[in-house]
Amino acid sequence: MTTGAGTAGPASPATPALRIEGLHKSFGSLPVLRGIDLAVAEHEVVCLIGASGSGKSTLLRCVNLLEDIDAGRIFVGSEEITAPKIDVDRIRRHIGIVFQSYNLFPHLRVVENVALAPRRVLGRSRTTAESEALALLERFGLADKARDYPDRLSGGQQQRVAIVRALAMSPRLLLLDEVTSALDPELVAEVLDVIRGLAAGGMTMLIATHEMGFARDIADRVCFLDAGRILEEGAPDRIFREPREERTRRFLDRVIAAGRL
Amino acid sequence: MSLGPGPSDVDLLTGGLPGGPVRFRRRRRFSGRSSIVAAVSTVVFFGLLAAAITGAPGWAQVQRAFLNPTFFWGSLPDVVGHFWVNVQLFLVAEVLILGLGLVLAVLRSLPGPVLFPIRLLATFYVDLFRAIPGVLVIYMLGFGIPGLGIAGIPVDPFLWAVVALTLLYSAYVSEVYRAGIESIHPSQEAAARSLGLTRAQALRFVVLPQAVRRVIPPLLNDFIGLQKDTVLVSFVGVVDIFRTAQIKQAATFNFSPYLAVALVFILMTFPLARVVDWLVARDRRRASAAAR
Repeated sequence: MTTGAGTAGPASPATPALRIEGLHKSFGSLPVLRGIDLAVAEHEVVCLIGASGSGKSTLLRCVNLLEDIDAGRIFVGSEEITAPKIDVDRIRRHIGIVFQSYNLFPHLRVVENVALAPRRVLGRSRTTAESEALALLERFGLADKARDYPDRLSGGQQQRVAIVRALAMSPRLLLLDEVTSALDPELVAEVLDVIRGLAAGGMTMLIATHEMGFARDIADRVCFLDAGRILEEGAPDRIFREPREERTRRFLDRVIAAGRL
Repeated sequence: MSLGPGPSDVDLLTGGLPGGPVRFRRRRRFSGRSSIVAAVSTVVFFGLLAAAITGAPGWAQVQRAFLNPTFFWGSLPDVVGHFWVNVQLFLVAEVLILGLGLVLAVLRSLPGPVLFPIRLLATFYVDLFRAIPGVLVIYMLGFGIPGLGIAGIPVDPFLWAVVALTLLYSAYVSEVYRAGIESIHPSQEAAARSLGLTRAQALRFVVLPQAVRRVIPPLLNDFIGLQKDTVLVSFVGVVDIFRTAQIKQAATFNFSPYLAVALVFILMTFPLARVVDWLVARDRRRASAAAR
């Protein structure tokens, strides 16, 4: 484990965007994360793969401080976000997360969903926030939906709005939690295309996914989670072609048998 | 119209599209027959009821005491005139109840062990004012507080009636709000917090707007109750619609003015009850449309 961590200072190019050290998390007596060490460099795209219950979603929720952790430290840039007395609201502003179930605000129009946090958190005026939101929606082909309520949109459109909503806060790190798992198969592609576009634009992303083909395309690095640990990590070609660990091999065999790769 | 089973069965066997159209036609035919049955049974039921009442040995006296057209129409203008007191009471109390009820509900929903005393106090308040009969609270405040004789404390019974109704109904209304708050899925708050909103902002901009919208029908239901309970102010000396009728009854020994009061409340409440039903039906339609 690295030493001297936690010394606050300007982020040098070598400082990773995200660094996790010895992260442990249990729900009651059930250990979910059992010592996660992981670093994500600026502009890097890291995909987390693994069976349901292996801890992928919990890991993402811990990084966004939506869960209290039991042990370990998490750094964003050079700042330890798990330090005691940290202002969690300030930290979350810079870390976007998109959930499997979209979680759009059903009582707000699409443009209001996107503009809410810029208005209330960053103090933008309504007109500024909404015109910025409209510009973002336009960029992702959603301008014609801006005045609709979320329940008028397809699942794919809702998930794209959720991504735009996270982007409106200009996060330095984007967490994607199985964002296509709740979608009908024909709607998956439009969401994955958006994420590909973000990767091409240099967005730093940590992505939990069941879409192995997508992970192979987009990831700079793939981590295989098993029972709360990162069992194996490496370049996608290496992980998918010649996994070293027996468990990784068995997981990928099952995925191939299910036609997901 | 054919009511026999034969044609329907043939329809069912040969009907073109599966399910829908045939079943719909069948249901409509049955509902045509149902309404005839409903009409006949209604006429028979109320006919028998009317016969039983008007045939009763004391009917003549009761009719004179309660259904005297002279006293009824004679009292109506004055009764309606004093209804304004109840309307004022209702409007002022309703605004205060909506505010205080929301504050209580939010206090009871606060998380964390440090705030336990606040939750405890709010819970005690809600339990207490749901336990005491409303007329006792009105008596205690309306007579008790002015009776203390403290200089500077207002003695207007109308004011204390407003306070009493607010205390009583805010306890009920806070429970309605709380049910609404708890019906909002935690993922909504998580989404708001993940964007950097504080807990208070998430409550204010994400949870409460959805919760309040969801509980509008039960809130209106509570306000139907409040409308009627405004007559309790007559117990502490406010001359409202009920007290007016009481005065007239005492002067004439005839109860017909009370029927005028009942008529006024019926005319007020029926439209509100229909609005509640309409809102509930609309919410159900929306929920099924969203789940589609």
